[in-house]
Amino acid sequence: MFTRRQALMGVAAAGLLAALPPMTAMAGEIDLSALPRERIALVAPPFVHAHEQVSTTGPRIIEYTMTIVEKTVVIDDEGTTLQGMTFDGSIPGPMMVVHQGDYVELTLVNPETNSLPHNIDFHAATGGLGGGALTLINPGEETTLRFKATRSGTFVYHCAPEGAMIPWHVVSGMSGTIMVLPRDGLKDETGRPLRYDKVFYVGENDFYVPRDEEGNFKSYESPGDSYADTLPVMRGLIPTHVVFNGAKGSLTGDNAMTSKVGETVLIVHSQANRDTRPHLIGGHGDYVWEEGKFDNPPMKDLETWFIRGGSAGAALYTFLQPGIYAYVNHNLIEAVELGATAHFVVEGEWNDDLMKQVAAPGPIPVN
Amino acid sequence: MPWHVAETAAGGVVAVALSIAALAAHGSDRDTGAVAAPPTVVIEATRLAFPEPGEFLVEGRAIPAPVRDVEIPAFAIMTHQVGLADYGRCVAAGRCMAADTQARAAAADVPVTGVSYFDALAYAAWLGEATGATWRLPSALEAAAAAGERFSAETFSDAADDPKNPAVAWIRRYREQAASVRAPEPAARPFGSYGVNSLGVADFGGNVWEWTSTCYVRVGFEADRVTERSRTENCRVHVLEGRHRAIMSDFVRDGRSGGCAVGTPPDNLGFRLVQEPDRPGLVGRILGRIAAVLDR
Repeated sequence: MFTRRQALMGVAAAGLLAALPPMTAMAGEIDLSALPRERIALVAPPFVHAHEQVSTTGPRIIEYTMTIVEKTVVIDDEGTTLQGMTFDGSIPGPMMVVHQGDYVELTLVNPETNSLPHNIDFHAATGGLGGGALTLINPGEETTLRFKATRSGTFVYHCAPEGAMIPWHVVSGMSGTIMVLPRDGLKDETGRPLRYDKVFYVGENDFYVPRDEEGNFKSYESPGDSYADTLPVMRGLIPTHVVFNGAKGSLTGDNAMTSKVGETVLIVHSQANRDTRPHLIGGHGDYVWEEGKFDNPPMKDLETWFIRGGSAGAALYTFLQPGIYAYVNHNLIEAVELGATAHFVVEGEWNDDLMKQVAAPGPIPVN
Repeated sequence: MPWHVAETAAGGVVAVALSIAALAAHGSDRDTGAVAAPPTVVIEATRLAFPEPGEFLVEGRAIPAPVRDVEIPAFAIMTHQVGLADYGRCVAAGRCMAADTQARAAAADVPVTGVSYFDALAYAAWLGEATGATWRLPSALEAAAAAGERFSAETFSDAADDPKNPAVAWIRRYREQAASVRAPEPAARPFGSYGVNSLGVADFGGNVWEWTSTCYVRVGFEADRVTERSRTENCRVHVLEGRHRAIMSDFVRDGRSGGCAVGTPPDNLGFRLVQEPDRPGLVGRILGRIAAVLDR
């Protein structure tokens, strides 16, 4: 165990940090002291911290803190456990919302109670491996990274320590999303404003849990313990679990998402590792930024949209009919057998014009 | 890690239980050349307000199941659900398909799970030959009678739904299901883990839902909710009783995969059998008596 841990730990010492000049060498190039700062507390998915859809201010520096938490998490209703690695304790990590032109200033904390070095790679950031090269921290360390949100859209962030550690950390739960809104908000293809009443953030994860000789899922005491067994399962590329928000059933029942007829929801869907295809059963994507980038016109009236592994997309939909909606990865094997199903409970008046049961199920008439 | 401790402890229990089972099996083989009849409980003749299983519609809208006041003659039902080891003897005899159980293969003291309606029929047929008695699945009504105070049937309320808005009923049922969600208990647990009801029937309403011989029906009523307008019976789908009522295709062995897109499916599928009083031969009757005496 000592040697394996040492090998895993070695990454922090021997990684890219050494190859790069320290931040101080580049200091002084820009003075941001005039910019207002705002400190925002992050909230766990599927919820998103309060934010303006249209910015009423100029660019600001938005401060966040995320603490990395390694912990055992239960990922299905059979009690299967994963040696989870999390940003701020949740899978996926919390969603940040800023506006284009804002600066994101993240303090990343790796408490001593953790066993591994971690970092963060923002797909929204430019340079330095998305920040990964500047943020690699050992247990007991913290670091602060600032980057400018130059492009609008929904972007994945994830841990990317080095080599084989990268996919392992990601499929252990270390990914999240930042949404960079245009300062003047979302727009349709003609430039007309688009607004939402609610935003939901669905992070999809593929997990690779090893099994014992009898076919039962194994459990481990620490991430390091699980690594050797997990790697061959990962290399098989067939996940044992495909889930939303960290566990099968995490967005169903009492935790189902809620809406009302006439309400417009923005659903942000991220997948840091693997392609997926969200579909709202009985609904549509009115406006969908499949690639998540708001400078491109949204696609309209989609039945299913494609989220490329390593990206986050956004779909805007106004509910027209009440009921229970299943929001799934429309690889239905993954939705039903592997866990990628969420529910919306939507209240309101039924519209017979859109749908009516003309004849209830009954025996076939014989004439 | 508690997991490992639990496995070791379970292994110990299994080993002890196995040796007891082996002794018992050996004893009965030597004496009779047959399998001992499992212990049963006699459910005395009773009267029951029985919510009928199935789907009931008025003008296309689902209504709560009509409750029928029924008399049930006395019958004998297995005290315990069919065990994994019991079922294993049928498998060993080449008459049953191995169960898709989550339990450790050697566990002798747990109910068999991961079995379909067809598996239950096959086991009943084999047990009949092996014991000289006639065994069959209980009807849903018999299961309700044996469940006694633990019978729950549908868990849905009879709230007034909006006839113009089917979503009201969907959402209400969804919320009721969500509210009744219990901590999942997928792992097979030893007999007696869920206790015995007032009639002496063990473990009903635990984490094993029990197959019955009752077919799914869909009944259309006139507005009076009494006069049947139509009735469709589908005997490729059967009713299971347990913590709540479930309806499954006959070939389904995993309750969790047999559910709908929306709903809370059963943890496990298993069964217990009713012993027919009429048809056993002399040997069966003697064995039944011995079993009954031993059970006391």
